[in-house]
This record gives sequence, C-alpha cells and structure tokens, in this order.
Amino acid sequence: MTLLVATQVRHLFGGLCAVADFNLELQAGQLMGIIGPNGAGKTTIFNLITGVYQATEGSIRFNGTELVGLTPHQITALRIGRTFQNIRLFRDLSVLDNVRIAHYAQANYSPLEALLHIGRYRREEQRIIDNARRLLAIFKLEHLAGETAKNLPYGLQRRLEIARALAIDPELLLLDEPAAGMNPNEIDQLMEFIQWIRAEFKLTILLIEHQMKLVMGICERIKVLDFGETLAEGPPTAIQNDPKVLEAYLGEGPVG
Amino acid sequence: MSEGIVYWLQQILNALQLGSIYALIALGYTMVYGILTMINFAHGDVFMVGAFFCFLAATYLGLPFAPTLLLTMIGAALVGVLLERLAYKPLRNAPRVSAIITALGLGLFLENFTLALAPYPKHIPPLLENVSWDLGGVSLSSLQVIIIFLSLGLMFLLDYVVHRTPVGMAMRAISWDKTFVPLMGVPVDLIISVTFAIGAGLAGAAGTMYALAYPVIDPYMGIMVGWKAFISAVIGGIGNIRGAMIGAFILGGVEIMVTAFFPSTYRDFVAFTLLLLLIVVRPYGILGKPRTQKV
Amino acid sequence: MNIALKYCWNELLEQAWLVPVLLLIGFGLAFAIPEYNWLNKYIQLVLMYIGINIILTVSLNLVNGYMGEFSLAHAGFMAVGAYTAALLTMKVLPVAAYPVLFPLAVLAGGMVAAVMGLIVAVPSFKIRGDYLAIITLAFLMIVKSVIENIDYIGGPRGIPGIKRLTTLPWVFFWTVATVWMIRNFVYSKYGRGVLSIREDEIASDLMSVNTKRVKFLAFMLSSFCAGVAGALFAHLLQFISPRVFDIIKTTDVLIMVYLGGIASIGGSILGATAYTALMELLRPSTMAALLDWLPEFVFNPLNQYIIQNLGVWRMVIMPLLLVLVMLYWPRGIMGQREFRGFIPRRDRVAHRRLNDPGEKP
Repeated sequence: MTLLVATQVRHLFGGLCAVADFNLELQAGQLMGIIGPNGAGKTTIFNLITGVYQATEGSIRFNGTELVGLTPHQITALRIGRTFQNIRLFRDLSVLDNVRIAHYAQANYSPLEALLHIGRYRREEQRIIDNARRLLAIFKLEHLAGETAKNLPYGLQRRLEIARALAIDPELLLLDEPAAGMNPNEIDQLMEFIQWIRAEFKLTILLIEHQMKLVMGICERIKVLDFGETLAEGPPTAIQNDPKVLEAYLGEGPVG
Repeated sequence: MSEGIVYWLQQILNALQLGSIYALIALGYTMVYGILTMINFAHGDVFMVGAFFCFLAATYLGLPFAPTLLLTMIGAALVGVLLERLAYKPLRNAPRVSAIITALGLGLFLENFTLALAPYPKHIPPLLENVSWDLGGVSLSSLQVIIIFLSLGLMFLLDYVVHRTPVGMAMRAISWDKTFVPLMGVPVDLIISVTFAIGAGLAGAAGTMYALAYPVIDPYMGIMVGWKAFISAVIGGIGNIRGAMIGAFILGGVEIMVTAFFPSTYRDFVAFTLLLLLIVVRPYGILGKPRTQKV
Repeated sequence: MNIALKYCWNELLEQAWLVPVLLLIGFGLAFAIPEYNWLNKYIQLVLMYIGINIILTVSLNLVNGYMGEFSLAHAGFMAVGAYTAALLTMKVLPVAAYPVLFPLAVLAGGMVAAVMGLIVAVPSFKIRGDYLAIITLAFLMIVKSVIENIDYIGGPRGIPGIKRLTTLPWVFFWTVATVWMIRNFVYSKYGRGVLSIREDEIASDLMSVNTKRVKFLAFMLSSFCAGVAGALFAHLLQFISPRVFDIIKTTDVLIMVYLGGIASIGGSILGATAYTALMELLRPSTMAALLDWLPEFVFNPLNQYIIQNLGVWRMVIMPLLLVLVMLYWPRGIMGQREFRGFIPRRDRVAHRRLNDPGEKP
C-alpha cells in the first residue's frame, strides 16, 4: 500500500527554486532515505510534508488525504511525526511534559472540561500520562521524567525527541539527520535503534542523513537530491554505483 | 491666495513642526532598536527631562538659546548613557522581556522623580524673540522656522554620521551581528553607549524645541509625545533611521488633519488605531524589511 | 541562618496540605471579618484590593509568564470589565435586585472583556514579541480614548457614584474562582500548549498543538479575569474614569507578576499580596499611624517630613522597585516554582519547577 505520494512538488523561496518537480512514493512499512549535499532541499521537503511551508505547486497525499493547504498541527494529527535537524525540544520544560505536549491532538476534552477539571478531563489526562510514561520507559528515560529537557546530555535529547515524535502515535516518522554529531560507535547503536522502533511501532520511516554508513546500512530505498532536483533513486547498491551521484558527491566526472 | 489654500498651507506648516519634533525623538527609539532590538520605553521621558533641563538652564542660569540647547542636549545625553550603563547593560543577556519592563519602570521613575522635585508645571521664559511673518495670509513664526530647520539639520547630521563615519559603520555592524563584530575589534560597549547618547541628545533637543513652542512643561508631558514618536518609528520601520523621519512627518500630518476635521480628542484614537492596523498589515513599516524565521 | 530559612521555605513549598488549609482559613475569615468587624475598615479595604490584585496578577501571568508574551493591555481589559459592570448596576439592573444580580454584572464584565480579548488574540496568531507588545499597548490606548470620547459614559470625567457592592466574601469568591480556573487551565493540554508556545511555537505546532486555539483560549481567559477584577474594582472604588486604567495600572500588575515570579500561580499570589501591602504601607496616612505607634523620640525629627512627602516619593519607589527586581532578582519570589498544593497530583512528577532551586539564573 502506498502511504505517502508526492507528485510534481515545487517550492519557491522568492525567486529561488528550493525544490523542483519532486516526486515520491513511499510504501507503508518502508524505510527510505533522502541524501544530498547541503542546500539540496532535503529539510525543505520535510517542511513541505509537515505543512511548515506551503508547496507552490504540486500535491502531497498521505493515506489519500491532500496535505497541501493544511496547517502543521492538522497534518501532525493525521499521524505524521518528525524530529528536527538541530534538536527542538521544549528546553525549559520537563521530559515528561515534552512527551505529554505531543498528545495534544489525542486528548479528547473540551476547554470547559479543562477549565473545571470535570468530565473527560481526568480520564484523558490519566491515559496521556500513562502513555507518556510507557514511552519514556521504552526509551529508558523514565527516571528523568521530572528533569528539565535542556539538562539532558545531547544523546538523550536526541532520544527524547524521537520519543516525543512517537507520542503523536505516527504511522509515518520523519527523521531529520538523526545521526548528526554522533561517533561511529553511536551510529551503530542508532541503526539498531531505528530498526527496532520501526518494528515495535510499525512505522514507515523517511529519513534525511549525511552519514553514508547509516543510510546505506538501513535504508531500503534511497533518493538523492541536488539543487532541489532528484538525481537518482533506488536501492542502496544501485545508488552507490550511480555515476551521477558519484559526480555530485565527489566531483568526479569526465575531465575537460 | 484663496482661503482654502492658505488654510492648507498653514496646516502643512503645523504638521512639519509637529513632525520634526516627533522625528527627533523617533530617531532615538529606532537607533536603540536597530542596535539592541530593544524598545527603550523610557525614551519619551528622556525628552521630558530634556525640557526640564532647558527650563533649568534658561531660568536659573539665565542662558540664551544656543547654550541652553547645547547644555540640554548634553544633559539629556548623560541621562541616556546613565540609563544604559546602570540598567540596560546588565540585562543585555537577560530575557528580552526584562529589558522592556526595566525600560517601562525607568520611564515611570523619571516621571515621578521629576514630579517629586517639581510638583507644579513650569513656565519656560521666551528664549527667542518670536517674529511672525505674514506670507499672503499664511503666518510663519521665526520659532517654527527654527524648529523645522534645526531638526532637519540635526537629522541630516545624524544621517551623515550613521552612513559616512567609522562610528556609524560600527553601529550598523553591531546591528547586523553581535557575536562576531566584537571579534573584529569594534568596541561594542562604547558604540552602544554612543548610540544611547546620540538618541538621548536628540530627544533633549526635541525637548528644548517643544518647550519653546509650548512653554508650559510638566513631568508627564513625555508620555504621549514619546508614544507618538514611537509610533512614528514603527510606521517608518523600526530600526530604520530614514524610516523614522518619514514616519514622523506622516504621523504629524495625520494628526494635524484629524484635528482639522474632528474634535481634537480623536487624535490619540486615530494615532493608535493607525499603529494597530499598521502592525497587523505591515509590521516592518515602510522602509523596514520583513524578517523570516528559519525552521 | 540563611540556609535554614531557605530550607524551611523549600519544605513549606512541598507541603501539599498548605494550600487547602489556607483556603479554609481564608474562607472563614472572609465571612467572619466583616461580620464581627475584626479589623478596621481600612484594613478590610486593603484585603479586598489584595484579592483584586491577585486576580489581575495571576491572569496577566498566564500571558506574560506562561505564554512568554508581553502584554500591556491588562488595564484596558480591566477598564472594559469595570465600565460594563458599572453601567449594568447603575443604568440597567433594578436596585432591589443587587444582592442577586451583582455577580451577574461581574460575570458580564468578564465576558465583555473576554470578547475584547479577541482584538489582541487574533493578531497574536501571526505577530509575536515586541510587535505584539505594541499591539497590546495600542489596544490599551484605544480603549482609553474611546471611553474618553463617549459622553454617555462620562467621557474623560468618568462615572461617579457607583454603588459599593464589592464585599470581602465576594472578593474572596471571585479570587478563588478565577485562580482555580487559571490553575486548571494551566494543568491541562491547553496549559501545556501555552508553555510549548513559549518554548518553541513552530515545534509546538508540529507536535499537534493547535497553537491558534490555545492562544485564543489563553487570551480570552486572561482578559475575562481582568474584566472580573475591573468589575469588582469599580464597585469598591465607587468611581471610575479612563485615567484610573492607564499604563501605570498595567505597570503595577507587571511589577506584581515579576516580583512574584513568572509562570507560577503561587508566585503571583505572593507578589500581589506583598506589593499591595507594601504600597499601602508607604501611604502617608498608614506611615503616620505606624510612626505614632512607635516611641516618639525614635522618628520625631523625620516624622513630619516623611508624612508630608511620602505620597510623592511612593510613586518614585514603585518603579525603582521594578527596576531593582529586574536587575537583581529576575526570578522573583518563586522563580517558576510552585506550591505543591496548587499542582494536581498527577502533574507533580512532571513539575520540574518544584524544588529546583539549584539552577543558576
């Protein structure tokens, strides 16, 4: 089943074309990677999918729903979770609150019930806190529930960000450079970890990464972008030997 | 000349006078915002303090116009630098809100402190012989001429300083970037103090001229004039020096027009409604540039 | 000594029984004091002002502390509430029905203020920070000049002769009710949304928070409470005019918010109480009474001077206090911490602000 389809997506910043004729088909359960040099438009694609930017042209459909024109929280509530290139936790809030905030769309009670703490409020809040604690336990962060997010070491902040994204209960998870700032050893662990959450939460994952080791190691399909355009797409082995990709990355090409 | 044209020329003249006083004060708001992205809400009260310095110099020292103006500008500049050094500088790395609140507090402090020392409104002695000319029905006073031309002169001087001198270059550099400019050897603290001094000095000059034009002064006179100058700065695009001048003349014009057609009590209403609408529609003003946030 | 005090203070914050017990005592006193005339009229008046200021402070804290915006409009919302309620009791409602209808007038004041809150809430969807502060300021000024230009409601002269309907039990009731609602709001998904907007609005939106809705609700609730406070204020002071609700009134509330500490309900209550009491203490009449009570030789030479000039210098001390708090005590009394009794049991784990004094400002 196709989960996410982007057709002929185009995005202009002023006159600059950040993404041109972008097409994507992501099957449910697939793990796909997007690679490309800096400024290739990778994060812009995430921002287009999640509604931070509105595509100038084209359509993005998720489970049959058109995403272009929706606001970020509407799109998120359709069960698309994401992380950020440079961690964007709610730094001054507790670890538990970071995860609980992402339950906003699932918490089913009205402002009046919130104001008076009546009706569905209690049941829903209990459900949220239980789920948040369950997630923290899975991510081995439970003992830090009351800690301020900014006091966590970098690695745990990354982990918390993924936990927060999973609190949305996503079908599709977008990971923006999850391995940034990690050493090879940590990357190995991260690869296992991604495989594990994918199985555990039955996720479809789209990730952006610079670390070839990670991309080649776990992605089933890879899409290569350069200057907003798609250079190549295919399984890792095909990408590794694609002459256009080698040229973009290594500057190799016919001399003269 | 027909009566209508005379009337309008007179109004335009009044608008120019009001606009130039707003402009001198608006420059201080916009310069400080440009360099620190901070709204110095106490600035209107520096203008008021300037008017009181003018009163002191003219009454107790018995000085004529030129030295009074100079002394007032220096006095106001000192007050400006003092505020910056004692209150704003320690808060430079604090949350932005702290600086705004402190500025509000300092403004109130200046008002009430002046009130405690001078409980009754003061009268400024006439420092200049006021000659009126009749130009085909339009009356033009020497005071108006002096206010308008002196203000324009100071504005051109400032524009020159900011765009053509090393100090001005340093100011513009700091407003672009506060992390790396100090590494280039720019004395950031000094330049910021100079900015405050210039802004406050101009407000002092505005205080003098205002006191000459409307010779009864009181400690709360800076509030409304200060807000109006601030609106001018926002109209022009806060942080933009030439914008502040344009904005001041626009607001001066609008206010004079409002009082020409409606009861004068509508003036503030129109000015602040203009501000509200402007911020919703075009928050970066006429000459400002929109800022975008990166995701 | 200092450490021991700090320890006691931290222990006190941790006592969950404290808030309910104080609430019970307050409830008893609110009815007993006017009934048996335990305290003189002036102190009763001050107690009512404290209650009204608590409502104002806690509600402004919702926007300025929890949401991290900077609103100057609070006095404007207060004015709207005050004028609405005063007009209702003076021109609409029958005199005989006051005891029953006064709460309705107060409620109406709050409602109208809440609707006015939209004028600030709608721009806040797109505009933040300094520019939103300017919008709130413009709102305050516009409210003021609109009132000044309507003759029917007294124009710049205001409305004199409002019935004194605000009593200590009513102040107590409305204070508890509004603080309770704000506290409930803060500890709900909307309250967490408010906090997340302060931290990172874009990330908040991407974590499914409907930021517009959250802002809308927060501004409405905040201005509702300000309107309620204004209505009570009008029926206590018995005279309102546009000058009563100028920027100085907003500054008063700002001082109380930041003195108490942002994003803390307990802090706002303490800040409002301490500041109101201090300002009343600095009134010439209070000071005179106090100095009379002291042995005469202690202050005799200064006595007259202080009494004569305090009224003016009081207004100098107030803003200076604000500046000093900002410079030397930016975290205020509570520094984002909270009395345990205010936090719903379920939320106590997540409340990192509880017992976290080690963090450097």
